[in-house]
Amino acid sequence: MNLVESYKDDLKLIEKPWTGCWITMTVIALLLLPWFGSEHLIYMGTLIFIVSVGIMGQNILIGYTGQISLGQAGFLAIGAFSFGHMAQMGVPIGLALLGAGCMAAFFGVLVGFPSLRLKGPYLAIVTLGFGIAVYQTFASFEVLSGGRMGLVIPKFPALFGLSREASMYYFSLFLGIAFTLATYNLISSYMGRAFVAIRDNDIAAEVLGVNLTRYKLLSFAISSFYTGIHGAMFAMFMGFIDPQMFNFSESLIIFVAVVIGGLASVEGAIFGAAFVILVPQVFSGYKEFVPVIFGVTVIFIMIFEPLGLAGRWFKMRLYYRNWPFR
Amino acid sequence: MVNFIQYLISGLSAGSLYALVALGVVLIYRSTRILNFAHGDMATMGTFFAFSLLSWRFPFYLALPLSLLFGALLAVVFYFSIIVPAQRRDATMLGQITLTVGLSMIFQGAIVYLWGTDSKMLSFPLSDTKTWQLGPIYLNELSVGTLIVGILGSVLLYLLIQKTRLGLAMKATSENLPAAQTLGIPTRTILATSWGLAALLGVVAGLFLAPALILDPFFMLEPFLKGFAGAILGGMNSLPGAIIGGLLIGIIENLCGGYISLEFKNTVPFIIIIIVLLFKHEGLLGKEFKERI
Repeated sequence: MNLVESYKDDLKLIEKPWTGCWITMTVIALLLLPWFGSEHLIYMGTLIFIVSVGIMGQNILIGYTGQISLGQAGFLAIGAFSFGHMAQMGVPIGLALLGAGCMAAFFGVLVGFPSLRLKGPYLAIVTLGFGIAVYQTFASFEVLSGGRMGLVIPKFPALFGLSREASMYYFSLFLGIAFTLATYNLISSYMGRAFVAIRDNDIAAEVLGVNLTRYKLLSFAISSFYTGIHGAMFAMFMGFIDPQMFNFSESLIIFVAVVIGGLASVEGAIFGAAFVILVPQVFSGYKEFVPVIFGVTVIFIMIFEPLGLAGRWFKMRLYYRNWPFR
Repeated sequence: MVNFIQYLISGLSAGSLYALVALGVVLIYRSTRILNFAHGDMATMGTFFAFSLLSWRFPFYLALPLSLLFGALLAVVFYFSIIVPAQRRDATMLGQITLTVGLSMIFQGAIVYLWGTDSKMLSFPLSDTKTWQLGPIYLNELSVGTLIVGILGSVLLYLLIQKTRLGLAMKATSENLPAAQTLGIPTRTILATSWGLAALLGVVAGLFLAPALILDPFFMLEPFLKGFAGAILGGMNSLPGAIIGGLLIGIIENLCGGYISLEFKNTVPFIIIIIVLLFKHEGLLGKEFKERI
């Protein structure tokens, strides 16, 4: 939508001063939220930031690299439980978070190996099987899952005289922004371009000198690192975890969030996260309809707006920017 | 040895149902290249419909064909109302898989809304407590009935595909869609029939699985995944492969459950999937897929 004159222009995160203006305003509003927002609003905000990290990771894998994964709940569980065990051993939070992410990334590489030989639907089945196998492993070994009562995890401490909830809110806001910036930079780096090349045509990418093995595995590792962080943050937020939280439908919800938000779009990941968190809240009286709403939305989006909510958002901005011309 | 034969028989009877599920998956995959993630939920929908009919005191011989028809109708409606418009808009492979995922969520929600999450008992004419003794081996009525239904379904499908004009048209459509259209085959109807047939087989499997498992909204998830495993083991584009794969999955699973541990039983199919895909990803009977650049 803009005339890009140099590579530097292409790398710019914020293209117009006006865009910078409202992004700053949004961030300030989010920073001030704990001062005037209700407790419920803070709760929702924290959850959205946490989930959007995971959705961004999944979007790197599905949207940018084009590798379908339906077993994201497995990585979520690995992240959450390794964080839980580390936190119980007294590892500091930052280190435990990093450890949880790395643990998930390690398993991501393991799952990535089949992706070197498999495409499309076959990969979807392998990852689906992985997700369910992880769930069953956690469900049947009490040493890992912390027994029938689940694993109790120390919550985030209250910092700087703020309440516990507000500290958690700021921490997840900080992580959310950090991961958003990291993702934007990642996708405009060589690595991100390589991912997109693999998605568009893997044979052509290989011919052009993209190391398929390395970049497919990297994509799996990065995306499951994000998901591991999501799982760990979720565990810390909830205060306790049990394997039932990471079943097959959780994988489906993450997948649906990516599609609804918009494939291959960072803002889309945030929209998708907000969608899957807010819809169950809005329809809390009709719980059984939530999957129906997700399903109908996914089908509508796939048929009428394949770019998802991010595509709609982009078109809206384009309309107002060019107004009154069209 | 007696134990071995016992496990083999229960494996065969479970496997024959997995084979039916696998046949449904393969039927859809080889004709439309869509991996149908809603297959299990379509089957659940049909089984719950049968449950409702039976609880309204319909006789079983009437409830069975009606619920099969209901399942098939759902699949045909889905094909015409969603897959066809999506294909007109050039949906990608990922897009079409996503559509079936969306459908499966809709079905899940609808089942929970209509029938609730609590588990139910399907009043089924065959019971698994009535047993016959053959020497040292016990056979129960349900597993024998299941085995017969599985074999009967596979044979009927074989006859349909190999011996009728409809089967020929189905083969032509899955082999080369534009050529089939040029030859005047009504490909859309044929594809819709494939979807309907697949869902019908799924409902049969669901109906016979329901008495053995407990009927709740998610009871088909695991059999569906094992059917998937069977389809992959046999080769995604081979119908005989699906039958063999399903039976093998059933047998291996029961042998593992018997000799290694029961908890391990449900994880085995996934390990099989991963091993097969890594070392022989076209499956036992599938043809290797060569890509044209």
